[in-house]
Order: sequence, then structure tokens, then C-alpha cells
Amino acid sequence: MKVQQLSIFMENRAGRLAEIMQLLGDAGVNIRALSLADTSDFGILRLIVNDVDKALQVLRESGHTVSLTDVVAVEVPDHPGGLASVLNPLCQAGVNVEYMYAFVEKATDKAVVIFRFEDIEAALGVLAKAGISVLPAETVYTL
Amino acid sequence: MIFNKTIECMERAALRDLQGERLRDAVRRAYESVPFYRKKLDAHGVKPSDIRGLDDIVKLPFTMKEDFRDNYPFGLFAVPLREIVRVHASSGTTGKPTVVGYTKEDIEIWSETVARTLGCGGGTPDDILQVAYGYGLFTGGLGLHYGGEKLGAMVVPMSGGNTKKQIMLMQDFGTTLFACTPSYSLQLAEEAAVEGVDLKGLKLRVGYFGAEPWTEAMRAKIEERLPVKAIDIYGLSEVIGPGVASECLEQDGLHVFEDHYYPEIIDPATGQTLGPGQKGELVFTCLTKRATPLLRYRTRDISSLDESACPCGRTSRRMARITGRTDDMLIIRGINVFPSQIETVLMKVEGIEPHYLIVVDKTGALDELEIKVEVSEQLFSDEVRKLEALRQRIFEEMRSVLGLNAKITLVEPKTIERSLGKAKRVIDKREVK
Repeated sequence: MKVQQLSIFMENRAGRLAEIMQLLGDAGVNIRALSLADTSDFGILRLIVNDVDKALQVLRESGHTVSLTDVVAVEVPDHPGGLASVLNPLCQAGVNVEYMYAFVEKATDKAVVIFRFEDIEAALGVLAKAGISVLPAETVYTL
Repeated sequence: MIFNKTIECMERAALRDLQGERLRDAVRRAYESVPFYRKKLDAHGVKPSDIRGLDDIVKLPFTMKEDFRDNYPFGLFAVPLREIVRVHASSGTTGKPTVVGYTKEDIEIWSETVARTLGCGGGTPDDILQVAYGYGLFTGGLGLHYGGEKLGAMVVPMSGGNTKKQIMLMQDFGTTLFACTPSYSLQLAEEAAVEGVDLKGLKLRVGYFGAEPWTEAMRAKIEERLPVKAIDIYGLSEVIGPGVASECLEQDGLHVFEDHYYPEIIDPATGQTLGPGQKGELVFTCLTKRATPLLRYRTRDISSLDESACPCGRTSRRMARITGRTDDMLIIRGINVFPSQIETVLMKVEGIEPHYLIVVDKTGALDELEIKVEVSEQLFSDEVRKLEALRQRIFEEMRSVLGLNAKITLVEPKTIERSLGKAKRVIDKREVK
């Protein structure tokens, strides 16, 4: 139920994001979801792609600092209070969300949100117990 | 004002006799009281009895900065600790500082040579000396302080920083002399301009500047902005602290107080002694110091010696303004920084040796130290707060080891230039050449 996310270190310089996108595009890697965290000096680009191994290889070969992080893709009801209904059980169980971002596309009538948890196992347990749908990795990569 | 006319204007022949006699004594004391020197001289095949006069000094082996580290903290002391009344320390090549000790006599000698320094710049007992060097392990503050008292001036122990108050006291007390790093004097001038204080209206007339390399261009700038004659002073803690040499009002070379601190210039590559006017590495022997004798200490500073007579009447040789270093030591805000220290800290913080680049620059008048660290996969985290915490840890550790606030910048791998496998570690953008 875990999805592998690529995290890439970037300096805050003009053209940096475009370079990485070009690199992945040339390698035929398709981006499923992305988020960019930034500070005054640097940023962290987080990507869910269709071909994790390929993306990792081209990024490393071109000298980027990349790491793989396990995240969880959760189906969230697409109506007011939908996200809250997912977060509430997590909150009650004391599971911490490090960061999250929404998926670009929708597979069903539900939205997909990527969660990075402090304790992924505990989070998965809570979500299963609350009957919240978690998408398998294969589904996510091919969305 | 010549503080000690008898010594400072002594005939050169008589001075050489005095130096020769003191050298014999210094070598004997070092050999008999410090195992390190005994071993070194024995290994070199030199006995104290081989040193009969000044010319025999070339027979002695050199002492290096590393010798202080290897004998940390008190291994180079020649007297029992009960006779030591003070210690000072400066940054060493690795984590451990270079420690020097002083007996009561040493403090007396030091105060005397700093008083001569103040006299060289025109200071008198009627003056008010504001000391804006840091007080503490660094020799600058206390060194100038004791020298000022010895001269008989009124000393204002302001220590470093607190620029607004420095300016206020200069106005209210009528400070006439002040001592600080050359870059701090410019910062003070900038602050005064912001506050709308007209420095030209103050009673200031002499500034004693040292502890970091500076240029004639900087002197011109200082003398334009502040109503002072800018005097270049030289010293290092291994020898004693400030008060080793000082410019007189001629501002043409620094008079070395060579009845106590005997200078030589050597070829750094061969160790051969060089003649007057020739540029090389400055080497000092302490002729009178009791606590930590020092024989032929290689300063790594590049200078030359001028034996010609000075119009001021002092007969001591004059050393040229320091023009560079033979090693990679940086002097930032008067503090010694070695790239190896930075490397050690980075190793300690994450257990690996990251690629890094040290950038020294000036923003305004003050030196700024920036350390760029390449983020490798071992250091990287997908969470911003962990990277920020890493940066903070490096910052804190650098501050504790270097005594400086360095800007830590995380950069992408391979962004730091490498040449033939050896990375360029230091970029110094300051104007000092």
C-alpha cells in the first residue's frame, strides 16, 4: 500500500525546475503528481512518476541528490468535509502528517491525496480501521 | 612619543650584544625546562652551548603551529603552573586551540611592548584609549588594555561590538586613541554616518589596527572617514599577542620590538635565512619570555625586514606590512580560521566529509564567512525541517569551534568547482592581496 515518491534537492535558481522536467521528459518518464517545498535558499521537489526506477537512474546519472520516500495515496471523498473525514481518525490516533499534496488527476469520483506520515505503519493501520481507501502503488503510477 | 628611549633608540651593535646574550639564555631555558625543546634540539644535534651569539640562531630547528597542538594544553610551558598568571588561546589547525601562558614577568614585558606600540602611534599618558578589541582568550583586548595602562593613558575597556555605545563613549569621554580591527573601524564609521554623528568633530587622533590583513587602500579609506592616523600593528599570541611590532608616525614599515621578539625572514621552501629586503616567511624567537619559550617560530606570514635608519629615531628593524600567508589560514574578523577546522566540523556533524566551499567576503565593512555545503544523499531528507535542522546544527557547531557566525548554505552536488580531483576550498573576495 506504500507508494514510492522521489524527493529531489534543488537550489533556488532560475531554470532549475525546467532542467529536471526536461531530463525526465527526455527519458519518457511521466509525472503523476508533484509538490514543491521551498525555503529562501533551497527547495525539495517531490514527485510521483510512472517509472520510479527510470527516473531515479536519470536523475542520479545527472548528479542530482535524490531519495526515495514511502508515502500513502489516499482516496478522499470529493465533497465539503471530505479531507476532514480522512484526517480526523488520524488525528485521534495521534498520527502525524509531515506533509501532503493533492493528485492532479482523478480516477474516480474521489480525489487522491498523497500523505507523508511520520509513522507510516501506524497511519496505514488507522486508515484501514476507519475504512478509508488507500490506493495500491501500481494503480497510482498508472493513474 | 618614544616610550623606552634607552632600548628603542639603542645603537645597533649594543642591541645585537643584548640579543645574543638573551638568546643564549632563552635557548638554555627552553632546553632545560621543556622536554619538547630538549628532544627537538637533541634530534637536531644542537646543544645550548653551541649557541654562543646571535649568528648561531640558524643552527636551531624551527617551531611550528602544530607543535602547540601536539603539546596541548600546557606541554610547552617552561615553568610550574603556579608561576603562570594568565593563559590566552587562539584557533589551532584542528579543533584544539593554541594555548600560551604568561608569568608575571611576561605580562610585564608584554605590557611594555604594547606601551611602545601606543607610543609609536603618538600615544601619551594624556591620552584616552578606547579598546574595541575583544576581551577574552583572544590576546587583542587585554593586550592593548595592559599596554595602555603601562603607558599611563586612561583605558576604556569597551571590548568588541556594541557600535552605538562605542560612538557614544567616544563623544562623551573624548576618546583620543582607539584600537580595533581595521574592518571594525569602517563599520564604526558607517554606523556613525547612520546616526548622524560627525566623526571629524571628535577628539580621536590615532587608530591602532591589526589582527587581520589589510591594505594601503583600506588605510586611505579609514583615514578619509575617521579623523585618525591609521597605525598598522602586528602581533600573534604564539609570540605574545599584540605589541610584537608597530608602525611609527612615518607609516613606513613596522618597528619590531626585537630586544624581546627576534625576527628572521626565511625562504619557506628551503628554510634558508634571507637578507634585508628579501620577501619570505617571518620567523620569531622570544628572547625573554618565561612561561612559553619560543624558538624560531614559523608564523606563516609573508614579510621582509628593513635595516635602514628610520627618521623617527628608533633603531629597530622594520618589517613590511604582511602581504600574505604561506598556508591556507584565513583571518576573519581577527579570528584565525583554517579550512581543516571547517572540514572537521562537517565530518563531526554528519560523519562524512561533504564537499564544501568557504566564501569570505565583505558586506559593508565586516568580513562575512559563508560555508556552502553540497547536499549528498546521506545528508538529504525529503522534509524541509530536517534540512533546516541540519543547517542549524552546522551553524551552531561552527560557532562553537570557530567563534564566528557563518552563513551556511546548502547547495546541489557538483556545484562546487573541482580541479584535478582537488576541490577549490576557499574563495576570498576581500580586497586584501
